[in-house]
Amino acid sequence: MLLARIAGTVVATRKDPRLEGKKLLICQLVNPRGEDEKGYVIAVDTVDAGHREKVLIVQGSSARMASGCKDTPVDAAIVGIVDQVEQEA
Amino acid sequence: MYLGKVVGNVVCTIKDEALVGIRLMLVERLYGGGTVVALDTVGSGPGETVYVCRGKEASFAFKGREVPTEATIVAIVDEVQRMS
Repeated sequence: MLLARIAGTVVATRKDPRLEGKKLLICQLVNPRGEDEKGYVIAVDTVDAGHREKVLIVQGSSARMASGCKDTPVDAAIVGIVDQVEQEA
Repeated sequence: MYLGKVVGNVVCTIKDEALVGIRLMLVERLYGGGTVVALDTVGSGPGETVYVCRGKEASFAFKGREVPTEATIVAIVDEVQRMS
């Protein structure tokens, strides 16, 4: 699972019906220190994350196990809002 | 599956219901590959070498529950013997 920061939203009018009502967010990948890493993912929000919040993303088929994502065409989901990252020096 | 070293942990108050009560650990992959967040099932701690299962199979560590994870710590490594 990856750490990321919310960088924006995606609006899609025509989409798979199973994606209706789901919020798609642009997530900039970050390292444990909070610095930007190369790359971003578009993930479905399941925890009501807000702009610039640090989040936890689950990728791959496991993303479908996130709340409300069962049997949906999703391969990245936001499953947590990060309060704190504790790293050993 | 790969080997990693636990270097810390992540705290989330708001999270998927299925993740409540499960510890989130920061794991640095050995032999290169960056740092990932993995769920802990074995009570690992910082500095320990662990065995991480990735992909959908990572959720099989929580038998009978649908836990959204793609990386789970399934063992604490005591020793690695490498033939060279």
